Amino acid sequence: MAAVTEAPPLAPAPEKKPPRKRGRLVPYWLLLPGILWLIVFFALPMIYQASTSVQTGSLEEGYKVTWHFATYWDALSQYWPQFLRSVSYAAAATVLCLLLGYPLAYLIAFRAGRWRNLIMVLVIAPFFTSFLIRTLAWKTILADNGPVVHTLNNLHILELTNWLGWTAGDRVLATPLAVVCGLTYNFLPFMILPLYTSLERIDGRLHEAAGDLYAKPFTTFRKVTFPLSMPGVVSGTLLTFIPAAGDYVNADLLGSTDTRMVGNVIQTQFLRILDYPTAAALSFILMAAILVMVTFYIRKSGTEDLV
Amino acid sequence: MAFVNWLKRHLVVIAGLITLGYLLLPNIVVTVFSFNKPKGRFNYEWQQFSLDAWKQPCGVADMCGSLSISLQIATLATVGATILGTMIAFALVRYRFRARGAVNSLIFLPMAMPEVVMAASLLTLFLNLGAQLGFWTILIAHIMFCLSFVVVAVKARVMSMDPRLEEAARDLYASPAQTFLRVTLPIAAPGIAAGALLSFALSFDDFIITNFNAGSTVTFPMFVWGSAQRGTPVQINVIGTTMFLVAVLLVLTSMVIGNRRHRQKA
Repeated sequence: MAAVTEAPPLAPAPEKKPPRKRGRLVPYWLLLPGILWLIVFFALPMIYQASTSVQTGSLEEGYKVTWHFATYWDALSQYWPQFLRSVSYAAAATVLCLLLGYPLAYLIAFRAGRWRNLIMVLVIAPFFTSFLIRTLAWKTILADNGPVVHTLNNLHILELTNWLGWTAGDRVLATPLAVVCGLTYNFLPFMILPLYTSLERIDGRLHEAAGDLYAKPFTTFRKVTFPLSMPGVVSGTLLTFIPAAGDYVNADLLGSTDTRMVGNVIQTQFLRILDYPTAAALSFILMAAILVMVTFYIRKSGTEDLV
Repeated sequence: MAFVNWLKRHLVVIAGLITLGYLLLPNIVVTVFSFNKPKGRFNYEWQQFSLDAWKQPCGVADMCGSLSISLQIATLATVGATILGTMIAFALVRYRFRARGAVNSLIFLPMAMPEVVMAASLLTLFLNLGAQLGFWTILIAHIMFCLSFVVVAVKARVMSMDPRLEEAARDLYASPAQTFLRVTLPIAAPGIAAGALLSFALSFDDFIITNFNAGSTVTFPMFVWGSAQRGTPVQINVIGTTMFLVAVLLVLTSMVIGNRRHRQKA
């Protein structure tokens, strides 16, 4: 093997030159259709949306670009509670996903043995049942006279969550807790998979080495395993927080009018009230907030790690 | 004390299994409630055991029609996204070119953008162009958001490929086309298959982007959404359960076949 790699490179034969020149364009031809698709149907719509957000007019008379930036101010001052809710629900769901997902990712990576593949299948398989059906199942699980609410009530946990403002009265459905519970459930696999990928890459001998140096299991985790799994934690956090912040399905199915998130507002403005400028402005603010987060992340890790 | 020690040693396993239970609980509920006979229009409370829904899976108006539309869109979106995505993945791994950072960002951003933002902006584009919303606008949108996931899956596989295998093929006088078809493609196939499977699942299950760009076309997730307001037929659970079982069976068989091949080689 070594002989092969160490052999001096042969001088390129002269007759090979023409195909090479043609070869220089190959990457561009390969990229062209896909990238064009993304430019026309992903990037260009963003520009249309930005332009819509500064238009004024009505459905009947048509919209014109008037650089009416006040739409942004109006949208923010009217809908800041929904923005705040989106951020706090998504943050709560992300923390819960991390707390719930880490042990399972750890279990699959280090402790599952021959059960590893089966558990992996069970983590991914729910994906193949429509997430709307699965979210509706939470209505049954959290039903007012169901076992979950009953148990929480008997353990006096509901009193605590009522006091915190997460639930109201004797119910869990139609409260922030139900929405966060649904968000956590829906985006948990997006946390588990990147965590598992980065945990699986860790050399098992590092654990042994830490043990040989008299580190207790928890110290080994804190000083060796967790720092090495940071890439997974970062991408898992992004992959849960971003879709959770834009989600409106959980807030609609499991929540009430008091748990509406930004996604709900964008959806109703766009599809029911047909106030396109306000909807576009809200969506643009959400996008800008996410882009700031992502850019911060890219700065730290470079573009090659993204894709 | 022995119990406390045992608990300490297996704490991770117990916590992990609790999470797994949390993940699977809704699927269990969906399956159990596919045998329910609800009193009202909504299938949220257990009444009595019945096989009615399983005997007549298409007994609800429009549901199987929406299912067929979803399957058509998912199939076409998978084919489109897999071809375009595989081409991009090969370009990214095998070639040097300008604007690499821009291409990487353009592929990453659709995965990082909240669906509702993509959905709303795509709708403004279609409205501005005066496009007729329906089957084709849904398909365009699905190819768009599936593409990036294919690129990621294929790129990972092609990157881990030993380039000497292709060199060997060329040394044995294989033409570039033969090398690609006989060596490169078979090795990249698992990555391409993973990307295609992911695309199918994403497209079939997509609700938010579809809801914005569907016009009057109703896909299966949109049917479920509508029934959440009007009344949920038990048949929805039958479809959900079947999809789950088919997915688990497919993956398990492919794993068994993979294991057997592995053993035969060894």
